[in-house]
Parts: sequence; C-alpha cells; structure tokens
Amino acid sequence: MTTIAEFTVTLTRYLDAAGVPVAPLPDFARDEGALLALYRAMVLTRTFDAKAIALQRTGRLGTYASSLGQEAVAVGAAAAMRPDDVLLPSFREHGAQLWRGVTLKELFLYWGGDERGNDFAGPREDFPNCIPVGSHAPHAVGVALAFRLRQESRVAVCVFGDGATSKGDVAEALNMAGAWKVPAVFVVNNNGWAISVPLAKQTVAATLAQKAVAAGIPGEQVDGNDVIAVRAATGQALARARDGAGPSLIEAVTYRLSDHTTADDASRYRDDAEVSRHWPAEPLVRLRNYLTKAGCWDKEREEKLLLECGHAVEAAASEYLATPPQPPASMFDRTFAHIGADLDAQRRAAGFADGGPP
Amino acid sequence: MSDVSLVQAVNLALRRAMAEDPRVLVLGEDVGIDGGVFRATEGLFALHGEGRVLDTPLAEAGIAGVSIGLAAQGFRPVAEIQFTGFAYACIDQLINHASRLRTRTRGRLTCPLVLRSPAGGGIHAPEHHSECPEAMFAHIPGLKVVIPSSPARAYGLLLSAIRDPDPVVFLEPTRLYRAVREEVADDSAGMALGTSVVVRTGRDVTLVSWGAALNETVEAAARLADDGIDTEVIDVATLKPFDGDTILASVARTGRLVIVHEAPLTGGFGAEIAARIAETGLTHLLAPIERVTGFDTVTPYPRTESWYLPSVDRVIAAARRAMAYQ
Repeated sequence: MTTIAEFTVTLTRYLDAAGVPVAPLPDFARDEGALLALYRAMVLTRTFDAKAIALQRTGRLGTYASSLGQEAVAVGAAAAMRPDDVLLPSFREHGAQLWRGVTLKELFLYWGGDERGNDFAGPREDFPNCIPVGSHAPHAVGVALAFRLRQESRVAVCVFGDGATSKGDVAEALNMAGAWKVPAVFVVNNNGWAISVPLAKQTVAATLAQKAVAAGIPGEQVDGNDVIAVRAATGQALARARDGAGPSLIEAVTYRLSDHTTADDASRYRDDAEVSRHWPAEPLVRLRNYLTKAGCWDKEREEKLLLECGHAVEAAASEYLATPPQPPASMFDRTFAHIGADLDAQRRAAGFADGGPP
Repeated sequence: MSDVSLVQAVNLALRRAMAEDPRVLVLGEDVGIDGGVFRATEGLFALHGEGRVLDTPLAEAGIAGVSIGLAAQGFRPVAEIQFTGFAYACIDQLINHASRLRTRTRGRLTCPLVLRSPAGGGIHAPEHHSECPEAMFAHIPGLKVVIPSSPARAYGLLLSAIRDPDPVVFLEPTRLYRAVREEVADDSAGMALGTSVVVRTGRDVTLVSWGAALNETVEAAARLADDGIDTEVIDVATLKPFDGDTILASVARTGRLVIVHEAPLTGGFGAEIAARIAETGLTHLLAPIERVTGFDTVTPYPRTESWYLPSVDRVIAAARRAMAYQ
C-alpha cells in the first residue's frame, strides 16, 4: 500500500484572546491606522447590530440575523478586498457590507423589508444577501469566471456559514472553481451553530477547511475572532487568485454569541454557560486590548468612537423609519425589464397605479 | 435558406448569437468538443474555443448557478441541461435567484441567461429523459418559458431568448429534433417572445398546443378537415409571458376549445389556458373545454410511452366531443 495523497490543515492566529501577539504580525498590521480602521468597523457593526435588534423588538424592523461576536470575519475579509472585487455575502456579513460602502440606511431598509436596501449606491456589483443557505456559492464561480474571461484582476469573495458546507451547492462550487481555476475566495463563517444544530452534528470532518482538499484547492483555518488573522489570510488568498493561482477556502472559526435570528430562542437548545465561556474570546475586546497596550487607544478615544458610531446608526435608523414604503405597483416594475401585456393586465386589475421603472 | 432540422436550427441560432454578440457563452455537460449529446452545440467549440464554449463539471445546480454569476456580470450565458429530468436540480437556482435577481436589487443586477434543455417523450429514451415539466417553470415569476415546435420557430425564438434581458427556460422537443425539416433563413431575425402563432385557420374548433404535441394536433386537424370539421390550430410557443389574446380571439370565432399537451393533466399549463378562457371567454363557448394531455402518472418507460403521449386519435375524439355537444 502506498500513500498517494495526504493533507494538513493549518490554523493561523496572531492575537490571543487577551490581545497578546502569539506570532509576528503581518506587514499591514504594523500600520496603526489600518488596525484602528478595522476596530472602528467592528464597533460600527456591533452598534448597528444592537440597534437592529432594538428596532425589531419594538416592531419596527423585520426578522434580523445578528452578527454578534462574528464581526472580525466579515470586516477582516472585506478589508482585504479591493473596491472592484465582488462580495457575495450570506446574511450575517453586515460588517463586510458596511466596509464596502453599503450604507447603514440600506441595511436597515433591507432588514426592514424593502428591496431598495439591495440597490447599493456603493458597491454596485456586490450581490445581495443570500438567504437559501449556500446557494450563492456557484454564483461566485460565475462572477470569478467572468473576471477570468475578461482578463480582469478582480476576485469574487463568497462568505457562507458552517451549515452551508453540508450543501451540494457549496461542494459543486468549490469543485467547479478548482476545475476552472477561477479567481474566487470562499470564506466560511464557522460560528459553531446552524440554528440549533451544532457543528459536531453537522459533520464529523475535523475541520471545514479540509472541504477544500476534495476540490483540489488550498484550504486553511484561521482564528475568526482575530481580525488580523482573517485579514491576512484573505489577503493572501486574494493575491493568489489575482496571480492566476486559483481559488481558496478559508475557515474562520468564531462563535455565534447571539440567537440565530430575532425569531430564534437559542436557550431552547444551547446552554447559557457555553455562551458565557465564549465571550472572553470575542473579537472587539481582543483588538482593543492590543491597541491599548500598543499605546494607540484609551478610554477617551473609545468613548468618542462609541458616540460617533451611535450617532451614525441613529441617524440612519431615523432616515430608514422616515422612508415611506414603495408604492404597491413597484412589485410589478422589476419582475422583467419590460412588464409585458399579460403581467400589466394583472397590475391594472389589482388597481395599482402605473409606476414603471425610471 | 436551407432545409434544416430543429436541432440544426438551434445550432444555427447559437452560431448566429455567438457571432453577433461576444457576451454570449455556451456552457454545459459535453457541449464542447463533443458538440452536445444531441449535437446542438456542434462546431461551436472549434469556432470559439474554450473561452466561450465551456464543458462544465457534472453538476446541474452548479451550471445554473454559474450562469447566474456570469449573467450578473454582463455575459449572456446559454446553458444546456442535457435532459430535462436533470433540470430539476436547477429549480432552486431558477426560483431563488435567476428569476428574482432583478426585482430584489431593484434592477441593479440582472440575469439574462438562457437554460436550454431537450424535453418530452417519444424517442425511447431511458427513464428521466422524457418529461415535460414546462408548467413548473411557468409557475415561477420572473422567468420566461419558451417551447418551439418547428425548426424556424426554434431559430427565431432562441435568438430572441438569448437577446432577452431576463432569464428564459427554452425547452426543445426532443422528439422533433430530427423528425421534421423546413426552410430556415439564417437571417438573424428573432421571433417575438410572448406571441402565439396561428398555424392553421378554421371556424369550428380551436386546437391549442405547443412543442412536440403540436405535430399530432396539426395532423388531427388535417384528418378532421377530411370529415368536414374546420379547426384553427394555435402554437402557444411562449408559455410565459402568456399571449391569451390570440386564443381568446380564436375561441370567440369557433366557440370550442381543445387544449393538447404532453405534460400531466393536473396543474398543467392547459389548466391555466382553460381558466383564462373561463374568465374572459365563457360566453363564447358552445361546448365544455377539452384537454388532451399526458396522465397524472409517472412518465412510463418506452415500451408503454405511446399510450401516454397525446395521440392524433385522442385529439380527434376530443374535437368531435366538442362538436357533438348540445
């Protein structure tokens, strides 16, 4: 018997839970401004998150998927991207969307039940959230294939959760991306839970990174609560993709400190004690401790940042709440490029006024 | 102008579309050097190479999903699903993504893709190769559903489908791929989607069909004419967007309607046509609407499939019942 294939999966971490470096930091992290930007983005994301939950609890927002505790995955991945790359998010990547220029108001509109929240003024080619789990992974292959066919130096970045790795769409996408060697980066937000199903019941695979092995592409694990590690690994994967070296899979190991969504009650299936055990490892305090020890952060700056983020979120929430719903005819406007006689007859029969796209 | 079969007409349309528009790509299983299992893509690989004619890994949901990504990026992917029995794996992608990308992004991202697939029975193929699932696709908002019934219509409708700014499912009647030939002018002229075609005019009964079953319907019309029953035959051609006006205008003249389709009866697209006529043309009707369809059974294996497919005799019997009704 001969071994004809073997694999290893590495884990990358730069800061431990206390914010103490456990490895020499990557180049970008020597720039204090770059780290402050990451920290600010994570704080803004968490501030948005708290407001979204508050609005939902008071009946002013729809069902909302919190990203509490997972901010480093979204922010780290997005921060490694170039503006003209394309993000294909799952539904917990608010931090990535904000980093890429989706506005707070657009996020509120989307989660408040208004399609205009997906008409991003900023990243025009980014995909909207993907609710049917993992079904956007093949889209990333198509987007990346488009880049390769046009010989553009761009990359498609697709984020999905641990549950998505059980889906055929993801297996098909990883395989196709490998077979065609397209410039795509797949990031798994492994937060340990798919609603009520813990990772141990999702798969007996030792890691999710090794899902890449069967597709013949690089796969690695990073500490998903260490934004420096997520940013660094994604950056390297993006560079490989731009160099024509093909796709990669990054498993970012984090933890879902929240319920699955506001419609979920995690106490039905998860011990509070488990959640409490994970709080000390969450990503914001880790980077804050590092920045504080490095002498570039203090209580005063923290309070100022919280105030700024609070103001921005409150202003966006007010704008969202003051935005009237679209007229009923709007549901007909964008079904097709041209409404057509048969569908227009339905609109008229329903008594909806002629809207029509601008 | 030359005599071509339906599959050759598909090939001509693909060649024309690829020559005219560099955004058009062809992808699917065995569509490259093999030219597709029915040879619909024959020669395209030699003309355009693997940058525009892509053999995919064997993954139908992936083919649909990749096409969505390409379409959102401005390409015009034409994906082939080898047999319609394998297209069910694409339905998630079509329902949850292709058909709604435009509306959910308010037009920011769009999905101009075509998903081609041979459909229907009558070629003694293995199981899962002989089904007519058009009604499932027609029930998906935001999706167009087109079924040609002749080489000329295959050419014109496919060109229009590829040029359409929205996703189109294009079902090619396998049974007709090589059964009929007709003159097709490779003149780049598209045939408007959403328009039914009156293929024969008559005063007594309106026969409505699409795809392969149109052939039996036309043959039934000829035999009925021998017996002095003058039928009008309409090829629906595009199920979505639906052209109800052409059928209504015909029924207003004939007062009798027979709908013929190969797919199962219950929830078939014939039910939609019957409902539309009940809503808008009831007072024109001189007889109950007749439907001649496949049955609510699993499509049988080839040795019994001829009993499943709507036959000329069944169409004739239905038309006679309509004529005899008092």
